[in-house]
Amino acid sequence: MTPTLFGRIQTRIIMMATLGVIWTAIIGPVLPRPSVDGESISLGNMYKALYLAVVVVTVVGVVWELIYHWIQQYRWEKDWPTIYGLVVAINEGIVAYLILNAGLFWDERPPGQSFPLPAFLIMFVTLWLIIWAFTNGPMQILSLRWRFRGGRFDPNW
Amino acid sequence: MELTQQLLEMPEWSDDDIVRHQLPIVDTPFVSVGGGMGSLAMVDTLRIAGQPVESLTVLAENAIPSETYEHLANNSQIPRHERLRSDSSSTMDCIWGWPGYALREAVADKKIGPAATVFAEPILANYYTPKAGQVYESVRREATRIGWDRMLRTGIVRTVRRRREGGYFVIHTPADQSGAVPGGPKQRVVYRCHHIHLAVGYPGVKMLGDLQAYREEHQDWRRVVNAYEPHLHAYEEMLRRPCTVVVRGSGIVASRVLQRMIDDRDQRGAQTRIIHLFRNYPDGPQGDKATFRRPVLAGWAKQGFNFPKAAWGGQLRNDLESLEGDERSKFIDAMGGTNTAPRKDWEEQLERGAREGFYRQLIGTVKSVVPAEGNAGIRTVIADRQGGESFLDADFIIDATGLEAGIEEHRVLRDLLQYGGARKNVKGRLDVERDFTVRGTQSGTGRLYASGSITLGGYYAGVDSFLGLHYAALRIADSLAENGFGKKIGPLRSTSQWWKWARNKPI
Repeated sequence: MTPTLFGRIQTRIIMMATLGVIWTAIIGPVLPRPSVDGESISLGNMYKALYLAVVVVTVVGVVWELIYHWIQQYRWEKDWPTIYGLVVAINEGIVAYLILNAGLFWDERPPGQSFPLPAFLIMFVTLWLIIWAFTNGPMQILSLRWRFRGGRFDPNW
Repeated sequence: MELTQQLLEMPEWSDDDIVRHQLPIVDTPFVSVGGGMGSLAMVDTLRIAGQPVESLTVLAENAIPSETYEHLANNSQIPRHERLRSDSSSTMDCIWGWPGYALREAVADKKIGPAATVFAEPILANYYTPKAGQVYESVRREATRIGWDRMLRTGIVRTVRRRREGGYFVIHTPADQSGAVPGGPKQRVVYRCHHIHLAVGYPGVKMLGDLQAYREEHQDWRRVVNAYEPHLHAYEEMLRRPCTVVVRGSGIVASRVLQRMIDDRDQRGAQTRIIHLFRNYPDGPQGDKATFRRPVLAGWAKQGFNFPKAAWGGQLRNDLESLEGDERSKFIDAMGGTNTAPRKDWEEQLERGAREGFYRQLIGTVKSVVPAEGNAGIRTVIADRQGGESFLDADFIIDATGLEAGIEEHRVLRDLLQYGGARKNVKGRLDVERDFTVRGTQSGTGRLYASGSITLGGYYAGVDSFLGLHYAALRIADSLAENGFGKKIGPLRSTSQWWKWARNKPI
């Protein structure tokens, strides 16, 4: 891919707002739920925690995109290799989890527990793979001009 | 009746002018002149956007869109089984670019290799590139699917001229002259259209000045050859007897020619000695800052494709679009210029050649090329960097610099410059807008567009590539839609059309 900075940010937000929201809704009920006083937390609370994760990955992701864009400047081709798109899941996942577990902004940790790690991991990794696979091909079917516009969706060439 | 000088000297024609000359008129809303890969990309996009075959006419010399490309690729030593220098997602048969050639090759051959390469490139592997034959096959399939033959009229385009009432006339000399009077004027057809697209490819190949001078003076077209022209006789002679060959140029075609000669040494017992003559020898990375630096290896500037990838659709495309004049020309040169692809097999061959002495690099400026004493071959007289003079005798000289002739070598383009209002850009090619409208050629509400190598020097660098042809086609289709010809392809149409493409369903 050869994203521009605005292309990166637009693609990130639109992917999370569509695939992110849909996939989280689908996978939510089957993720392992933490127990409080011997009872699993409700699906509602589970969704609250998961959608908070979606928001954090989106918002913090914009900052990440600034860093990636800066790294990209040191590449002659000004591209973003396919494999980088996977590798950065590691740093992003770790930072997103640390933020969620610190209870910054909103606190969706079950009382007295850390943010549910297994559920976060499964959801984050599967969602990442879906978005990565989608933006590396099928996206071009839906938006013919996307690849020529550096990942932007706005109608200007 | 024949075309008259008087008619040919009028910058604009009216319907009456044509009728007076008794030339048959065929009405068609849109004409694409060329019939190669550029025309295919154009009419493919318009067909997918919803245009019926009746609205589109392709005027071509050849019946198959990949024919000229294959001819040039064969000459430059890329037969069907060898790989092009083209990205997996630059799919000539599929305007969406997915699935790419790598994924298709992996599925067809039941091998993970090509797909894995795309995943790892360019970090852990060299760029995947498709086999030439795979591209031609895909082109044939897509041309059939969109009804290419029903849009195609073979022959030669003589002239494109503005029509006084708006739109354009195209004078066409059909390949089939069976209706012409024997000994009389050629049979012609005039296409009266609203919009025109020109994708006529290279106006012609050009030799280096000193080689051209030698060829003409000594009438020797056998020993001094251009890599884009047929020159198989040279390789055949290298197999028959030990030859010394001078190679000029250090771009992708030079790489390919060297590979051919060294493959013949390795596999078929040739004893060829190669002298590779550089005029400019980069001995360090190119570029003026840390964020603009191209690697150089042993005199070869290396990058995956002829421009950095982002020139086709990333930040470099944006940068170039904002530049004018000389700045634009310089930026195109800095991103492109002479360069070749990093390929481990080529690097291994050249390292081994240098070690074993059959491949030697020399730096110098050629002063002249003359027959060698005793008629043993051709002598290249060189001025070296210290001002000294030396000479090289060789059996063949291969010009792989890839120089292109000026656009006025093409009759239709020369005519457009003279009568059609077209101008040349900073690189001497056709001056086009960002949407590939040829500046100065508007005719009423009609528009004249151009794509491909004749537009190099404009706001888009990769014009002479598969992906560049698709980019141009899409920009032109959008511009046509704004001018009332068809509709822009939106997400729903795009998706439903892709589904038809995937099932190879004719449209």
